[in-house]
Amino acid sequence: MTEESATNRGASARVVGDFLQRRREQISQRWADETLFRTVFTVSRDETVEAAGALVEALAVVAATGRIEDVQAPGFAGVREQLARMAASRARAGATPARIADEVAALHPSISELLTADLAEADGEGTGAHQVTLAVLLGTLRLVVMETALSAGEDIIERQRLQLLEVAIPVIKLWTGIVAVPLIGTLDSARSQVVMESLLEAVVTQQARYAILDITGVPTVDSLVAQHLMKTVAAARLMGAECIVSGIRPAIAQTIVHLGIDLGSVVTRASLADALAYALHQLGAVIVDRAATGGGPR
Amino acid sequence: MTETSGRLAACLPIRSDMDLAWVRQHVRQAAAEIGFGLVEQTKLITAASELARNTLVHGGGGQVESVVLDNGRARGLRLTFTDAGPGIADVERALTDGYTSGGGLGLGLGGARRLVHEFSIDTRPGHGTCVTVVCWAAGAPRPRKEAR
Repeated sequence: MTEESATNRGASARVVGDFLQRRREQISQRWADETLFRTVFTVSRDETVEAAGALVEALAVVAATGRIEDVQAPGFAGVREQLARMAASRARAGATPARIADEVAALHPSISELLTADLAEADGEGTGAHQVTLAVLLGTLRLVVMETALSAGEDIIERQRLQLLEVAIPVIKLWTGIVAVPLIGTLDSARSQVVMESLLEAVVTQQARYAILDITGVPTVDSLVAQHLMKTVAAARLMGAECIVSGIRPAIAQTIVHLGIDLGSVVTRASLADALAYALHQLGAVIVDRAATGGGPR
Repeated sequence: MTETSGRLAACLPIRSDMDLAWVRQHVRQAAAEIGFGLVEQTKLITAASELARNTLVHGGGGQVESVVLDNGRARGLRLTFTDAGPGIADVERALTDGYTSGGGLGLGLGGARRLVHEFSIDTRPGHGTCVTVVCWAAGAPRPRKEAR
């Protein structure tokens, strides 16, 4: 860009900024009828107009500072949250990202009309250049909306990942001295670390001598998952607790054999009930079948 | 063997741990659609999980291509794991149980070979690695080819 055209563009940006500031009320009224605003702010017309006004204001600031192509322009900071909320709300209503981008683009015609009228009233000079400036500014707005929407999505995914990590691993006391951990889903390194920590903690607090790791809810046991299991078993053993791995389904058992994983050092059982029976037996607890011994009701 | 026709089912990237879960899910779905039994499904998913992790950990990421095969008598699934990593210098050694260059059990590659019907590996140091596995739905011919 030559110096002259840079200066021209700066001047044009200021003109557009002025125009936005001056016509703020009119633009907000028009934008309030557009899909993007109408479908998001449904409480009252005033609220809608106010939200549109805030966006016009932000655009005016961006234009006045001459950073019409800058997605990171400080002028956008104030409305980022609002834009994120609007994009999220449209996405929840089933609008695709492309659709949302179109809806942002739909804000252009009404404001462009106003600009033409406004400039015709004045001297009508450089209308073309100012229209280009406005188009660039709204193009940047479109990018800002998309960026905000995407980063909001990433935030949600990250939060959910952390939630999954924490929530899904309870340690259950089954009997005095027996705890169980029902494992569910994928056992990656991060999750198996959480499993190990919560299990070892429970071994201490519950004074458990037997810990049952139930893998009924683990769809795939590959060598990494097996390694994590064996490490957990070894760590529990160091603390004086014996681990029993239960919930080994027929398909998983065959797979483990073919993979060549040696679980010979680990006590395994087909079901959680079998594992519990084993642990109770080892503890010396006896379960008596009432019918067989002829006992009365409790 | 009669003419085998293939239909590309998907091409998935392997760039992170989350992609591994996605690969497993895809293989599970594809295998179930083809009509694999539960045991065959589990074996193939486990093999895919091992190979995808190798692609990620040793190959520095890559992709997996899955093709549904049909040779007239049976249907199968072919998975091709490709990476542009350092390659494997000694394939025989890499296939040996217990040998590992990472911190794993060293069962991934050899174990995966035992879990599928056909297994081939194409690699040269510095030129990446390409592992292809094929699994046929039960009752199909199972030629044991272990090409290099």
